[in-house]
Amino acid sequence: MAETYGRELRRAGADANSPLRRLLLLLRRYPLGAAGAFILTVFVLAAIFADAITWLDPLRTNAPEKLMVPGGKHWFGSDVMGRDIYSRIVFGARISLAVSLGATTLGSVLGVAVGLASGYLGGTFDLCVQRVMDILQALPLLVLALVTAAALGPSLTNTVIAIAIPMIPASARVIRSNTLALREAAFIEAAQVQGMSEWRIAIRHILPNTVAPLIVLATAQLGSAILTEASLSFLGLGIPEPAPSWGRMLSESAAEYMRTAPWLVIFPGAAISLMVFGTNLLGDALRDILDPRQRG
Amino acid sequence: MSGYLLRRVGLMLLTLFGISIIIFVLLRLVPGNMVDILFDSAGMVDPAEKTRIAAELGLDKSIPEQYLVWMSGLLHGDLGFSYVSEKPTIEEILPRIPVTGRLALSAIGFAVLLGVPFGVISAVRQNSGVDYGLRVLSLAGLSIPSFWLGLMVLMAFSALTGKLPVYTEAPASMLDAVLLVAVPAMTVGFRSSALIMRLTRSAMLEVLRQDYVRTARAKGAGAGRVNFHHALRNALLPVITVIGLETAFLIGGLIVTETVFNIPGLARFLVESIRNRDYPIVQNLVMLTAFIVVSINFAVDLLYAALDPRIRLGA
Amino acid sequence: MIADPILEVTGLRTVFFTSAGLVRAVEDVSFTLRRGEVLAVVGESGCGKSITALSLMRLVPSPPGRIVAGSVRLEGRDLLAISEPEMRAVRGNLMSMIFQEPMTSLNPVLTIGEQIAEAVRLHRDVTKAQAWERAVEMLRRVRIPEPAQRAKEYPHQLSGGMRQRAMIAIALACDPKVLIADEPTTALDVTIQAQILDLVLQLQQESGTSVLLITHDLGVVAETAQRVVVMYAGRKIEEASVEDLFERPMHPYTHGLMRSIPHLAALSGAVAERLQEIPGMVPALSNLPSGCAFAARCGHADAACTAGVPPLVERRPDHFVACWHAGALS
Repeated sequence: MAETYGRELRRAGADANSPLRRLLLLLRRYPLGAAGAFILTVFVLAAIFADAITWLDPLRTNAPEKLMVPGGKHWFGSDVMGRDIYSRIVFGARISLAVSLGATTLGSVLGVAVGLASGYLGGTFDLCVQRVMDILQALPLLVLALVTAAALGPSLTNTVIAIAIPMIPASARVIRSNTLALREAAFIEAAQVQGMSEWRIAIRHILPNTVAPLIVLATAQLGSAILTEASLSFLGLGIPEPAPSWGRMLSESAAEYMRTAPWLVIFPGAAISLMVFGTNLLGDALRDILDPRQRG
Repeated sequence: MSGYLLRRVGLMLLTLFGISIIIFVLLRLVPGNMVDILFDSAGMVDPAEKTRIAAELGLDKSIPEQYLVWMSGLLHGDLGFSYVSEKPTIEEILPRIPVTGRLALSAIGFAVLLGVPFGVISAVRQNSGVDYGLRVLSLAGLSIPSFWLGLMVLMAFSALTGKLPVYTEAPASMLDAVLLVAVPAMTVGFRSSALIMRLTRSAMLEVLRQDYVRTARAKGAGAGRVNFHHALRNALLPVITVIGLETAFLIGGLIVTETVFNIPGLARFLVESIRNRDYPIVQNLVMLTAFIVVSINFAVDLLYAALDPRIRLGA
Repeated sequence: MIADPILEVTGLRTVFFTSAGLVRAVEDVSFTLRRGEVLAVVGESGCGKSITALSLMRLVPSPPGRIVAGSVRLEGRDLLAISEPEMRAVRGNLMSMIFQEPMTSLNPVLTIGEQIAEAVRLHRDVTKAQAWERAVEMLRRVRIPEPAQRAKEYPHQLSGGMRQRAMIAIALACDPKVLIADEPTTALDVTIQAQILDLVLQLQQESGTSVLLITHDLGVVAETAQRVVVMYAGRKIEEASVEDLFERPMHPYTHGLMRSIPHLAALSGAVAERLQEIPGMVPALSNLPSGCAFAARCGHADAACTAGVPPLVERRPDHFVACWHAGALS
């Protein structure tokens, strides 16, 4: 009798005992997530080993070799100033990763601090913070980032800050609601009875329980950060020349050479889309694994 | 209910007020003397001219004073003058509103018409091939930058028809007129449709798990009735909230899309003004944006309250 | 004098495929519901009684569950063999079900009247107005005051007891032959419980509907049922008339159940000062031991008990037990 059910049971994952089998089961159960992780790993490795996998200087202009069709020395072709697009794409990965990771981390850290304090301390502090968060969220991400970036001036650090600030409310909100829920939980009372200080309770007990939804949020925000940086650079207010930001590569070439040299448009955009796609796939899978409540 | 309304309106005003302060301060964070920047970019050097124009523009007052001037002007309907064109900001902003408005409404319409049905299908056929395909497709849709999509669409257009859909006030034919709005609207709306599809899917899945769906089946209701009459009616409530939130997101997409397609709308104007340091325009446009976002959210809340009998009639 | 059978369940077997393994939720369960009677299916949480009910209606969530064997004959017609459209014509019409949680079992955005009328219009060729009239009439039958007014209200405006009455109205709107009631009173206040049970009995007598009552509460069984089926770990382990079961429980599990409930303990003659609980825990349905599932907790178990699953045997007239040592208890 059991034999006929074997296949369905295996599909439900009933036979995974060793850690290796569990990993394989995880990969098989979440193939999309595995694909996303793979894509991101490729980009990260490319960014780290950029020097090793490119042979042309991404910043060096070379007028005689301008607008060359992809092939030969220029795998992805060259742009209007003769710069090799393939190298610029590879080195551009560094920028995208640096900015997105930087902004997301900064936004999350600040958001956690704000949300934790707000949720745990409550009272007027909480109310004020809530209002400020509401205000930050009332403006579309790009608009706020745009104005901030314009105010601060185009540079790598300023772009990171400009993107990080609008991201604070999201993580603050998640942490705050978790904190509020957990504050009432029984084991917090137990710690209080033991005489733990408020901060220690917050950090040792509440924080570990909020990690899961935070990870899910962070991966979602990563993709958002990449897109925002690309948009900012596309509009000329993000990473300044001559850095090979993918978004910037699209603005330089946009209307003028679009029809005669489509590779100028295709490769940078594809790179952005692929990297964001990777984060989204991974984020989705992580959400399914870590936070089944949000499961779709 | 009316107490709730009053509170909401109060919060809205507070939020708008807060935004005005933030925006005002941010714009004046620019290092260096505002006047110098304006003049250097305009190429003027005469110090006497500078002082006179500075006084004219009110730039010689302190920052809090400038803020009050702006605010009181705002409340009286006087939005100041553009630094660049020297026309009243209202004259710059008003004509651009219908252009952007048309685009935004078409985009949302497209997004809802595409997103909701596919979200339902995906939820009803959970974990099937169709579901997986739609999920991957929607993730891809959320990953593609709007401006790149716009560029690719333009490229495809010119490759297919040999010409670019350049914006004109007087389109050559009915088809041209429709395309002029439809193509950028679909480009902007594509991303929104992906988001709406995913949210409809998860709202449906949540609802399909509920006991009352089981009751409906126990009555002998068929799949169609269960999914639409029972499930979707409940799932649409959170989806409507999301559509409201999504409008804010849409504005970001409009900024780049109007730039790519060269459409003379408000969003592109915002970017130009930022680049030109035309602060009166920027301030007012940002306030307008915030006002729109906050109002739409408010309207959505009202709609939700009207549709959900639990809120409408109280517990 | 025994009424003819209206629902005959034979060898029903329902399983679930989970990451914990195969869960045998309903294992070889057979019973007969006779016309006009109330048959109670009793057992602890997780014994499979709810899944049995859902299996009869073919409402088992289908991944991960599946009905893999058996037949369910409603007036001779095997419901497990018919097509889904044919089954839809049965649900709510010939056989209805009410559920445990009236709070969540009603659609919050539709009025009570609409939900009852829907049941009517699904199976009868009537106009909207006629269906609405029937809905109001049903609300009257379930003793809801001001039925015409109530019909226009939404579920959240009604109390728990009234919601359950509304559920009963929905279930009985088409005069079904069989009503399955899955723990209908468990989520209600004690005083309301009695009212609802009374209502079900009255309606049953008025219309002659046969009732399959799923419950874990032996008190409810004593007051409402004529016959009882006891389930444990997915299997049926005892069946008898209510009187017989309470006077002379033959399975050690049933015996233990009786002794752990105060006034029933007194009924069965035990003069214990302390309530006797049954030691141990119900085995996980994904990891059932070979042999009798109750053996580990049974004071009378021996080698025969762990060796093989005891079959259901008629130990006394019309009293069936699945125990190797059923006769050994006094």
